Amino acid sequence: MKGSPIKKIGVLICHCGKNIAGTLDIPELIRGAAALPDVAFAGDYKYMCSQPGQELLKEKIKEFGLNSVVVAACTPNLHEPTFRKAAAEAGLNPYCVEMANIREQCAWVHQNNGHSATEKALQIIAMMVKKVAQNSPLFEASIPIVKRALIIGGGIAGMQAALDIADAGYEAILVEREPSIGGHMAQLSETFPTLDCAQCILTPKMVSIGSHPRIRLLAYSEVRGLEGYVGNFKVKIERKSSGVDWDKCTGCGICMEKCPTKVPGEFDRGLGKRKAIYTPFPQAVPNKPVIDKANCLYYKKGVCRICEKNCEARAINFQQEPQIIEEDVGAIVVATGYDLYSTENLGEYGAGEIPDVIDSLAFERLLSASGPTSGEVRRPSDGKIPKSVVFIHCAGSRDPEKHKPYCSRICCMYSTKQALLYKHAVHGGQPYLFYIDIRSGGKNYEEFVERAQSEGVIYTRGKVGRVYQEGDKVIVQGVDTLLGKPMKIEADMVVLAMAMQPQLTTPELRRILKITTDIHGFWTEAHPKMNPLGTTTRGIYLAGCGQAPRDIPDTVSQASGAAGKVIGLFSQNELPLDPMTVYVEEDLCAGCGLCVAACSYEARSLDPQKRIVLVNAALCQGCGACMIACPNGATIHKNFSRKQILNMVDVLT
Amino acid sequence: MTKLLYYPGCTLKADAQHFEESAMCALKELGFELQELERWNCCGTVFSLATDNTMFHLAPLRNLLRTREEGGDKLFTLCSMCYNTLKRANKLFNEDPEKNDKVRKAMYEEAIAYDGKTQTLHLLSLLRDEVGFDTLKNKIGKGLNGIKLAPYYGCMLLRPDGLGVDNMEHPRVFEDLIRAMGAEAADFPFRAECCGSYQTAQQPEIVAERTRLIIGSARKCGADAVAVSCPLCAFNLDQRQAIAARLHSDFELMPVLYITECLCLALGIEFKEPWKAFHYAPVDAVIRKMEKKA
Ligand SMILES: Cc1cc2nc3c(=O)[nH]c(=O)nc-3n(C[C@H](O)[C@H](O)[C@H](O)COP(=O)(O)OP(=O)(O)OC[C@H]3O[C@@H](n4cnc5c(N)ncnc54)[C@H](O)[C@@H]3O)c2cc1C
Repeated sequence: MKGSPIKKIGVLICHCGKNIAGTLDIPELIRGAAALPDVAFAGDYKYMCSQPGQELLKEKIKEFGLNSVVVAACTPNLHEPTFRKAAAEAGLNPYCVEMANIREQCAWVHQNNGHSATEKALQIIAMMVKKVAQNSPLFEASIPIVKRALIIGGGIAGMQAALDIADAGYEAILVEREPSIGGHMAQLSETFPTLDCAQCILTPKMVSIGSHPRIRLLAYSEVRGLEGYVGNFKVKIERKSSGVDWDKCTGCGICMEKCPTKVPGEFDRGLGKRKAIYTPFPQAVPNKPVIDKANCLYYKKGVCRICEKNCEARAINFQQEPQIIEEDVGAIVVATGYDLYSTENLGEYGAGEIPDVIDSLAFERLLSASGPTSGEVRRPSDGKIPKSVVFIHCAGSRDPEKHKPYCSRICCMYSTKQALLYKHAVHGGQPYLFYIDIRSGGKNYEEFVERAQSEGVIYTRGKVGRVYQEGDKVIVQGVDTLLGKPMKIEADMVVLAMAMQPQLTTPELRRILKITTDIHGFWTEAHPKMNPLGTTTRGIYLAGCGQAPRDIPDTVSQASGAAGKVIGLFSQNELPLDPMTVYVEEDLCAGCGLCVAACSYEARSLDPQKRIVLVNAALCQGCGACMIACPNGATIHKNFSRKQILNMVDVLT
Repeated sequence: MTKLLYYPGCTLKADAQHFEESAMCALKELGFELQELERWNCCGTVFSLATDNTMFHLAPLRNLLRTREEGGDKLFTLCSMCYNTLKRANKLFNEDPEKNDKVRKAMYEEAIAYDGKTQTLHLLSLLRDEVGFDTLKNKIGKGLNGIKLAPYYGCMLLRPDGLGVDNMEHPRVFEDLIRAMGAEAADFPFRAECCGSYQTAQQPEIVAERTRLIIGSARKCGADAVAVSCPLCAFNLDQRQAIAARLHSDFELMPVLYITECLCLALGIEFKEPWKAFHYAPVDAVIRKMEKKA
């Protein structure tokens, strides 16, 4: 410690009940510790982390005027904060407290070898005493927070997060790639297990988003760049060119009525048509159209302009350029949602080439009152009402060899729902379900499956091996694994419960946000159990199916959780920064830049004038990679200098 | 003329002589000459899945070794069974160190050691990847216009995944070839269904039942004939129609042709009289129809 001539180190040894004391010879440890250089006091207690243990620590700091402390106990992951806080209460700088882990790394792993274990424990203690002798007091800096959140993705997850944050009094910017918010939930018919209509529960929320004074909705927009750190992000957003000046547009819809070009609509999964100037669905928010440039006659051939002629508000602007805007935000919620794995991948089920074999979202559209058939279930090939429909679960899921190894989690439930709704819509129609096993873990879910069974949905346990067209029938060949018999069903239609997968554009966004995804492309959480809403970057949180497949109740809960994290962050005025970071010794730095490349957190940059490296303490996570990369030893980790590490090694040699 | 080292296998010298001859005729027209390996032996017939199967792999690997001895690195085959055993044995040799070691030790008397570098090339891959279907189409022109062929893959051409000539669940190569010949490819759901394979020896009725199903499906699609490339499939689908007809009075015979026989016709090469004797279901009518088109 600079400027502090005399070291007075205290060593406190914890018994951890029998966890440590059962194996190690505590009196021997105390004797050994007391004999170490600079140690002014060595003592013990049954449970150091208990209230009396902490009091003991404080007492001894005061009694002996200790200026450094080593607590020999468990892993620092568990109680370092406890002892640092206690020391601070006794007036000691918390960064002058270190822990010697004699439990996990000693007592627990050498239970049958108490004698040598005690020797080893003493070495561990001696190492930490050496280290702490050169610790400097460190002081937490703090940074201001921009209390505005960015939410990426306007499905139910992003909408819920935006509303919660805005209702708590903070500003939210909601960026949605498509012309309207709503996401996949807007495509659904009715929702399990209560069968309430998706539109009825979704549209009020969409309207609140559109009219909320603290929510800025940027539809038809995408995030193109991100800089900065928690509390102080700078984000670049592209407002894509829609060909329509939304400020002028009144949303009257005449342009869509008059447009002569019809193409299969994405929202209806290609089962219905939309115009070349369109809103994805009538309840769209914002209720403003965009021009599909790939199909618009004017963009393709320079003719037509019928929309322009009919627009009283003069909102059509074929020359409109995309626009990049920059915003400061303090936190980000990533709610990019899912897509279905394509039926083209399943050759055994016709590879998407049999017209009456459709994916589950397309079937939602056929069931939906606002869908292309106005809620009548009619099959795509000839518009006939199907008398039998086969629902195939796990189409692409739970297939580690060829497709996705994971369970998409909600398909058992929505297939059950679809079978039931089909039965309600088509009297005398027969739904068949092929499943591997029914996963109905959720409140009232099992009851819902029971209901479907009692209403005549036929469940067959087994896989379908082949689906093919024969005449106007779709033949389903499978196996009933309970009866051990091959099955053949001549169906009118087949619905594939395709695996859910992350949006295919995720890798691009991952590059911009610099957060991680798993091997399937789902966003990874900071910790699967203890921090499922956070990411590896502070200030960026996750919600919805972009992180893993889930249903609406779970999506909404998770979104509110992520919003809670943001609100918690925004409730502070300043953000304390962990001072355990690195600094650069300017005289030693040659400006080679190796450390800049080594840093995973973009915390380093080269100062072009001084030709030395600068550290952004707010971004630095103290991982030490730069220290290893630096050939000159110019990068120094606070309280983890090379000298300290070598001193620790010396104890062992 | 490009020379191809050629591995016939047993059937091509027996029940499938017309397959070999028609392949040679058609390939000659396309600029390839088949040069038979000087020494070759049985391919092993079926890839053994027994744990102690080293002996079984020696047969195919020896053929691959002969190829190297003769200075080649590619071995051309027509038969799907041969293609399958040769290719799988090579994969095993290259990827399973333990098997590799055993096999090497067992082949100690060979003049050279096998290096795992012989690639097995099937007729369909050759036509697709080296000739190219567009080139073929240009050469053939209208070809078999108006003829509808049901492509039948069987199992060995496509499985296991990754070793076959095409996607195992949704193959396209046969269809593409048929279209390149000017014919129409029937969209045929049973094109990769099992033909019953060697059940044909012990329980031919099982195979006859498969044949009835497969031929029936081809008929429903309006096919003039079934096109095959595997001698065992050809045998089962063609010869076993006799039993199918005996057991089911409504069963109608359908010609089964090797894809190379069709290719000859598409290229304007005469369908040789002796080839006809190998067929069970009469082929005269369909050949006349095809000759007229080409
Ligand atoms: C056939 C089917 C039936 C279902 N039925 C039910 C049911 O009955 N009950 C139930 O509880 N659940 C059901 N679900 C599940 C339900 O759809 C999901 O739980 C819910 O939609 C997930 O919402 P989300 O916001 O996470 O994702 P999404 O709805 O996918 O929303 C994501 C949004 O983010 C946008 N986006 C993506 N990437 C970007 C980007 N880079 N920039 C900007 N925006 C972006 C997308 O355009 C989209 O609007 C069903 C699912 C399927 C497939």
